[in-house]
Amino acid sequence: MGETWIRTDVLVIGGGNAALCAAIAARRRGAEVLVVEKAPKFYRGGNTRHTRNMRCAHDSATDTLTGPYTEEEFWDDLLRVTEGNTDETLARHMIARSKEMLTWITDQGVRFQPSLGGTLSLGRTNSFFLGGGRAMLNALYRTAEDLGVQVLYDTAVTALEIEGGTFRCAEARASTGPGNEAGDREGDGAAPSGAPMRIEAKALVAAAGGFEANIEWLKEGWGECAENFLIRGTPYNRGEVLRMLLDAGVEPIGDPTQCHAVAIDARAPRFDGGIITRLDCVVFGIVVNRLAERFHDEGEDFWPKRYAIWGRLVAAQPDQIAYILFDSKSLTSFMPSLYPPIQASSIAELAGKLDLRAEALSRTVAEFNGAVRPGTFDHTIFDDCRTEGLAIEKTHWARRLEDPPYYAYPVRPGITFTYLGTRVDTEARVQMRSGDAASNIYAAGEIMAGNVLGKGYAAGIGMTIGSVFGKIAGEGAARHV
Amino acid sequence: MFDKDPRFSDSLSTDHLQEAARLMTVCNSCRYCEGLCAVFPAMELRRSFAEGDLNYLANLCHSCAGCYQDCQFSPPHAFNVNVPQTLAKVRADSYAAYVWPPAMRPLFKRNGTAIAGIAALSVAGFILGFALWHDPAVLFRGGSFYALMPHNVMAGLFGAAFLYMLLATGLGLRAFWRDIGAQSLAAGTASSLWQAMKDAARLRHLDGGGVGCYNEDERPTDRRRIYHHLTFYGFLLCFAATSTATVYHYVFGWPAPYGLFSLPKLFGILGGIGLIVGPVGLAHTKARRHPDLKDGAARGMEAAFLLMLFGTGASGLLLMILRETPAMGVALSLHLGLVFALFLTMPYGKFVHGIYRFAALVLYARETELQRPAEPPQDRS
Repeated sequence: MGETWIRTDVLVIGGGNAALCAAIAARRRGAEVLVVEKAPKFYRGGNTRHTRNMRCAHDSATDTLTGPYTEEEFWDDLLRVTEGNTDETLARHMIARSKEMLTWITDQGVRFQPSLGGTLSLGRTNSFFLGGGRAMLNALYRTAEDLGVQVLYDTAVTALEIEGGTFRCAEARASTGPGNEAGDREGDGAAPSGAPMRIEAKALVAAAGGFEANIEWLKEGWGECAENFLIRGTPYNRGEVLRMLLDAGVEPIGDPTQCHAVAIDARAPRFDGGIITRLDCVVFGIVVNRLAERFHDEGEDFWPKRYAIWGRLVAAQPDQIAYILFDSKSLTSFMPSLYPPIQASSIAELAGKLDLRAEALSRTVAEFNGAVRPGTFDHTIFDDCRTEGLAIEKTHWARRLEDPPYYAYPVRPGITFTYLGTRVDTEARVQMRSGDAASNIYAAGEIMAGNVLGKGYAAGIGMTIGSVFGKIAGEGAARHV
Repeated sequence: MFDKDPRFSDSLSTDHLQEAARLMTVCNSCRYCEGLCAVFPAMELRRSFAEGDLNYLANLCHSCAGCYQDCQFSPPHAFNVNVPQTLAKVRADSYAAYVWPPAMRPLFKRNGTAIAGIAALSVAGFILGFALWHDPAVLFRGGSFYALMPHNVMAGLFGAAFLYMLLATGLGLRAFWRDIGAQSLAAGTASSLWQAMKDAARLRHLDGGGVGCYNEDERPTDRRRIYHHLTFYGFLLCFAATSTATVYHYVFGWPAPYGLFSLPKLFGILGGIGLIVGPVGLAHTKARRHPDLKDGAARGMEAAFLLMLFGTGASGLLLMILRETPAMGVALSLHLGLVFALFLTMPYGKFVHGIYRFAALVLYARETELQRPAEPPQDRS
């Protein structure tokens, strides 16, 4: 098969928010831009498809934001969620630049709406995309296409030629055939099998995401238990481009063993279950493992704040599975989710349906019920409903499981994103291990998120990182033309 | 992947309703689309979905397809979330479910054929009627309509057809109103009616949340909304033409024909043009519509209604042009036959979408005001 040669000004690898912001920004500066996206068109955009909002600083309320969110407050929030695992210069730079993003993103055709439904707590800080992340992506793609940005779908970059800190060209291959339909549950993504391409460009923007869909890579940090992880986004986030950059001498940043893991419905498909498989009900009941034993204080904190600890906790349990149990009085207290809860008229029957030992589960529930102190239940505050005398107490929202039918949700760790990335400077240029900045290589989005978000998570911050550094990267890349 | 769900009723009577209930459960755990239209906020007020709820949501959907384009789980995703198509199917089924009299239900099965047949029969009926009533030569004389059919007979015949249409659609509406539980909120208040009139008049929800609606590809446009406006307001203008002419005749004693700049003529000409351009545009967009968004089974019904409207507008204009020629008699038969058939078949075709959608918008306005859902009656008949 002959090799196709392509020459362009700016090569953008990846197809999500960061990639498209970079492509649009570079194109608006007059550069010829080629976007190479590994996923087929429907699955384009990586994790952006599953996002819903972005967090930008703003000095006053707007049509869709209920009040001001100052740079200082944003910085305080970031410091708190990352526990200091952030590069202050980059983070403050990003926060300052986030202010103009609301306007800029709107100018690219993206529309916002006021926060509604179960997300009112974010109404002041976060801007919600009308129609969600895929709507946002669709708008960016329409704008990019109108501007003349070229997009290749189903095309995986297979090699990067980098000399010193200078990008020369990329090798890529289109994937062909039905194996590419991302129903492909096995997660090998698209095996590149089509015609090889050689893409020369004056600058490179790497915006190809993390490696959360690469189970083998996850195993390097988590061991065999990663086999039981579910991936919340597409099977295409395999980190190949990140690996190529690190192998070419780019300096890494972020803990290579860490990822953002929440507890999601164990019945979810291995990939791309998205938002609808999450479960917001830990605080309403108890959580037991395979041995029918409790293993953590379910009433430790409000659900959104402790969203990410339960993935990690479940990952540490045998077979990486756990069961959230509650009774009929809690059935409609939380956001509904995709799968129905497993239902039984007694705890013993529920144990049978969950394949747990009935006497062990009955004992755990009885001990818990016996330890519940009287109180006034209110899940919107730290109430006084708690247990007393258990090895692992439930410190708030503890109510007896006594009103049949009883319900259970099986949960497994659901991986959202990884923290390992490429170190960048405020120009979004990647840094080489030699200590110099690369001359024409930029990175944006999840592939460099670890610079700002070294740990933890705050709603909408991934999109801020993607948009801000995407635009900076695109503008920087266009200067090489 | 999708076991039976204890959260929603297992008494749903059709596959379409069950699929709609599954989707509403999926959508209710996502809610990303809540800013797009009325369907999703109405859905969020509910935890479970009875048939009445689903028929309400289905008729609230304007099929703009914004949610299909924006959904991360639409086909080819394994979750196969296709809200516009599923609600279109439930909607089409609901037209038959609420029809009066129920014996007419089979008319929806092969609606295109049925309506074409009724239309052809009534046109033929008028031609034959005129020919038998008079000397057949009167058909080819041109000039006055009333030589062919006295005004009182015409008014009586069409008045009766119109009243029958009102009765049948009214009783269908009553069944729908009851089934969606609108009475539980006493939804027919002046303010909810006014809100629904504004929403319907502007087609507020045929807009993908502000960008336009999607049809053949991922680029939203306002085409369907514009064509629908032309059709709807064209229809109203034609109706206004007939009504003013009736008032002229009976109140002022001014018999037809009227001059070019008279109200009946102006309304009729503008309305007729709307009824030609609008249905042609709608049929064109329908033909190009992405197959994922179409309810294949309802194609005949949509085509038949558009054709009837087009035929009404075109034959009306034709009649105006041909009235002094020998072709007048045939043109008049054609026009009267089509209008007669249009009225008779209105309760049994796509026309009812406007009635049920308006009722759904009224309930939606009321639910929005009260922030609680209607409760469909338990005892469904």
